[in-house]
Amino acid sequence: MAADNEISAIYYIQHHLQNLTFGKHPENGWSLASTSAEATEMGFWAIHLDTMGWSIGMGALFLWLFHKAGKVATTGVPGGLQNAVEMVIEFIENLTRSTFHGKNKHIGPIALTLFMWILLMNSLKLLPVDYFPEMFGKLGFEYMKIVPTTDINATLGMAIGVFLMIIYYSCKVKGVAGFGKELALTPFNTWLLAPFNLILEIVGLLVKPISLGFRLFGAMFAGEVIFILIALLPFWAIWMLDVPWAIFHILVISLQAFIFTTLSVVYLSAAHEHH
Amino acid sequence: MNINMTLIGQTIAFAIFVWFCIKYVWPPISNALHERQKKIADGLDAASRATRDLELAQERAEQTLRESKEQASQILEQANKRSAQMIEEAREQARAEGERLVASARAEIEQEINRAKDDLRAQVSHLAIVGAERVLEASVDEKAHRDLLDKLAAEL
Repeated sequence: MAADNEISAIYYIQHHLQNLTFGKHPENGWSLASTSAEATEMGFWAIHLDTMGWSIGMGALFLWLFHKAGKVATTGVPGGLQNAVEMVIEFIENLTRSTFHGKNKHIGPIALTLFMWILLMNSLKLLPVDYFPEMFGKLGFEYMKIVPTTDINATLGMAIGVFLMIIYYSCKVKGVAGFGKELALTPFNTWLLAPFNLILEIVGLLVKPISLGFRLFGAMFAGEVIFILIALLPFWAIWMLDVPWAIFHILVISLQAFIFTTLSVVYLSAAHEHH
Repeated sequence: MNINMTLIGQTIAFAIFVWFCIKYVWPPISNALHERQKKIADGLDAASRATRDLELAQERAEQTLRESKEQASQILEQANKRSAQMIEEAREQARAEGERLVASARAEIEQEINRAKDDLRAQVSHLAIVGAERVLEASVDEKAHRDLLDKLAAEL
């Protein structure tokens, strides 16, 4: 009985941590993966439908809300939605004003998108862990992991986006040659040590997106695992642990969104600076 | 924990969201925000300016009031002085006039007395002459004399 419980618990955890994967299986062709082994076998050319769906949904929700607020934005007395939206915008403006020292009017919207998108995706975590897998199970989908930020692909994907922006703005501000020169001549300002400098700087550059992606993923994934473990407890014990953990996660959710945004802004600010 | 196409999908989604945000979401809200900030700042400015103006106006009003009060009291004082002076003058004039009148009346009376005296003297002398004439004319006639004396007595 204990062994059975253990197996079912392991199965439960694995089930909840498996994404709904669509890809080309070596044997089954283009299909939804029905086991995590199949999903692994699909290799790189597969896509997590749940991650994509929920993240795009959240992004669209954010843009729709803010766009709606923007269309009726008045300079007079703002209404409820406009108030909330303006609060977020002011928060982001303060953030970029204090950490971003370059000249770029796009930094505000970039930071806003990052912050609100990550915040909304993280917030999905506060929904009960069983609802959506069960619901989609009834509809015939084997897996459904609704929190996109617990998927390393999503967080790294965004981090890569930030990384590309760092490269783009570095080249735009300093020129390709200037950027290359900066990579080759810092920290040791001599051509003799250029290869060493290059290695150092490129590693330093690559560490930025990786640390961004993994930090968010780690925090969210760990939190999700704890939620799932709590869900395995007897029903009368669940709320005693679930409620404090969820309340704590309100903090984690916003904090992680804030950290990701702030660090992105800091990296972009560094990309705008001449050394 | 598979790294797959989702990575690229997320990057593309991110790029699209950022683009949309830059193009359609950020500008209207940000503009409204800054315009309102400007409006509020302007309003506060205007309010402080108005307060300052009000203070100035009050000060000016007070000053004007003070000046006019001073003027009024000055005018009043002058008027009082003037009236006292006028009364004094009038009194002086009246006394002088009175004195003059009394003097002239006295002089007239004197004159009148003198004239009366002169008249009386002339008449007395005339009477004396007439009386003497009558006395001389009627000395022979006792009776006539008698009448004459009676007449003389009546005339006196």
